[in-house]
Amino acid sequence: MAGMSGRMSTVIKAKISKLLDKAEDPGETLDYSYTRQLESLQQVKKGIADVVTAKKRLGMQAQKLEQSVVKLDTQARQALAQGNEELARMALERKQLAQTELQSLDQQVAELQSQQDKLTESEKRLRTKIEAFRTKKEVIKAQYSAAEAQVRISEAATGVGEEMADVGLAMQRAVDKTEDMKARASAVEELEAAGTFEDLTQLGSGQDDIDRELAQLGTGGMVDDELAKMKAELGSGSAPAPAELESGEGTKP
Amino acid sequence: MGEGQYRLSKDVLERVNELDNTVVKAVEADDEDGFHASFEEMLEAIRSEGEHLGDEEIETSDIIVPPSDTSFAEAAAEFTGEGLIPD
Repeated sequence: MAGMSGRMSTVIKAKISKLLDKAEDPGETLDYSYTRQLESLQQVKKGIADVVTAKKRLGMQAQKLEQSVVKLDTQARQALAQGNEELARMALERKQLAQTELQSLDQQVAELQSQQDKLTESEKRLRTKIEAFRTKKEVIKAQYSAAEAQVRISEAATGVGEEMADVGLAMQRAVDKTEDMKARASAVEELEAAGTFEDLTQLGSGQDDIDRELAQLGTGGMVDDELAKMKAELGSGSAPAPAELESGEGTKP
Repeated sequence: MGEGQYRLSKDVLERVNELDNTVVKAVEADDEDGFHASFEEMLEAIRSEGEHLGDEEIETSDIIVPPSDTSFAEAAAEFTGEGLIPD
């Protein structure tokens, strides 16, 4: 190992060795260490399943949010057509928020997809390696004396162990990220539930928590722009009465 | 780096070692761009110059390289605290 001065990898290598020391009992029999490897492989499979589940959940939420965006847009138009600019603004603010969340959800789904691909690839590699270990273990058992077999097999077990630790590291990070996303996803669900107006008339002048939060988020500028655009589409400056709308833009909804 | 094992020639190994040191220096100098550039270069050197071992080959590794999506913060933490792998 001459010239091995690369510190980044040296630190990682040292830490992985420490992990292996913890995991590997030197007294373990050959068959037992094989069983342990299979268990680790199961862990990796479980990690992949977690990532897939999280990805599905985020995908479903993205769908719901898309529906919310459409609904809020319609509600803003309705409110504006009825001359309730304040309500239209609230709907647009929520729409803005939903769109921002949607963008970040799409990004997260893509991120999880790449994690999943990587883990699936690792799982395949690990599986092949463990199978090779199984074969090698039988050969060693048949050909060598107990003492020599112990040495050779612990070398092989370390080789597989390192691969396992490497894959385990990738898996742990993927699972950690998934946890973060789960927490975020719950928050989005709440937003989604509270984010659309079930009844336009109910929220006429009320100021709830979400409204205050919205105001703090500073999406005002974009909302103003969209509101102005919507007004122009409806063919009215401040939309005072539905009658004027009809004379201006005919039967446009 | 979670991508299987590579066998490196002596020349490549030296280059990887140098790059690895550059990575560490960048981390110590709080140079995030430098970190990403050198780290990418190091991974690329391993991938393109190294010989990828078959999945059925069992060898112990001389060096272990962190995953390719290691962030600057994680790399920095690796040298000061628990980092990617807990101490």
